[in-house]
Amino acid sequence: MNWIIRLGNLTINFISLQGNSVILCLMTLMAFVKIPKRFGLFIKQLFAIGVLSISIIIVSGLFVGMVLSLQGYNTLVNFGAEESLGVVVALSLLRELSPVVGALLFAGRAGSSLTAEIGLMKATEQISAMEMMAIDPIEYILAPRLLAGIIALPLLIALFSLVGIYGGALVAIDYLGVDNGAFWSQMQAQVDIQHDLMSGMIKSVVFGFVVTWIAIYQGYSCIPTSEGVSRATTHTVVFASLAVLGLDFVLTAAML
Amino acid sequence: MNSKWVEFTTGIFTISGIVALIVLVFQSTNFSHMIGSDVYKITASFDNVSGLKERSAVSVGGVKVGRVSQIDIDKDSYEAVVTIEIDKQYDQIPEDSSLSVFTAGLLGEKYIGMQIGGAPDFLKEGSHINLTQSSIVLEKLISQFLFSQSEKK
Repeated sequence: MNWIIRLGNLTINFISLQGNSVILCLMTLMAFVKIPKRFGLFIKQLFAIGVLSISIIIVSGLFVGMVLSLQGYNTLVNFGAEESLGVVVALSLLRELSPVVGALLFAGRAGSSLTAEIGLMKATEQISAMEMMAIDPIEYILAPRLLAGIIALPLLIALFSLVGIYGGALVAIDYLGVDNGAFWSQMQAQVDIQHDLMSGMIKSVVFGFVVTWIAIYQGYSCIPTSEGVSRATTHTVVFASLAVLGLDFVLTAAML
Repeated sequence: MNSKWVEFTTGIFTISGIVALIVLVFQSTNFSHMIGSDVYKITASFDNVSGLKERSAVSVGGVKVGRVSQIDIDKDSYEAVVTIEIDKQYDQIPEDSSLSVFTAGLLGEKYIGMQIGGAPDFLKEGSHINLTQSSIVLEKLISQFLFSQSEKK
């Protein structure tokens, strides 16, 4: 009998956790209307989430594009189709690699710091103090962060794709000797703005939302001890990465 | 860090993200082919256009002058009717030019090559080209070759 009780307990806990996170998300989304009143807070978060992630995004975008070009060339040259390298690089970056790799990096760089920050606010009882002063912490802390995440990730991913494509072009044209004109013209002929670029951008908006949502929920609901904060930070990175990879499949299947 | 600096770099970040998106649209997608298309349309009938796709290139001596915008079938003759958009800047192509479907490289894309004719009148909106050569179907070619070999024996 005991294990049935434990199973039931686990199920109830799991479902109530999901419910809590959805409720928190809805409350945060409803608090979006009050962001214009505290626009400075939002700008500050956009700086912390977006601007401080630029360096990691640009460096990894450059190297992903360059390695993609190198690997693609080695296979394509066997078929004498190295002119298609531009298409290979652009399509794989725009459709898959930049949204997914960008979101994973974003979860590691921005998501974990969001969770740790909010968790520490909770541990040092800043959140309770705010409630005491009748300041809604959802409106004051969570809403600007969620909106900043939703806006920052697509911009970061656009930068990632751009840097990646130029990195790929650099390797292909200057190092491997692929024809400059063929590289760009094949890319422009084959990459569709709606199917390829837009689907990648839709993915990045969804990923930005999901990663930030997980981060703020983990921070807001963590156990307010140093151990609880560290566990919540780990959970953010693990759950956000898994959610990104799983959602990527679902979104690709839905949009293809 | 004072808040002016934060606001400034955030502004730069937002602008650079949007600029990156715009550059991506123009540099790496077919968007630039879709806008500003000052073109005129002609049609041509082929027996066989296998492998040719919408957006395939149309070129004269290797220079791209237009693209395929539509591929249909003629209801009466069952011939493939290809609608071609040619850039307005190439408006001096003789009427009796002929078209053939070629392949770029061994495994490459199909494209339409245009051989210039000698007529004094030029192609214009709605012109129709009948002088065409179909695309080569590799299976047909191989089977013809095999039959001719077996007949020789």
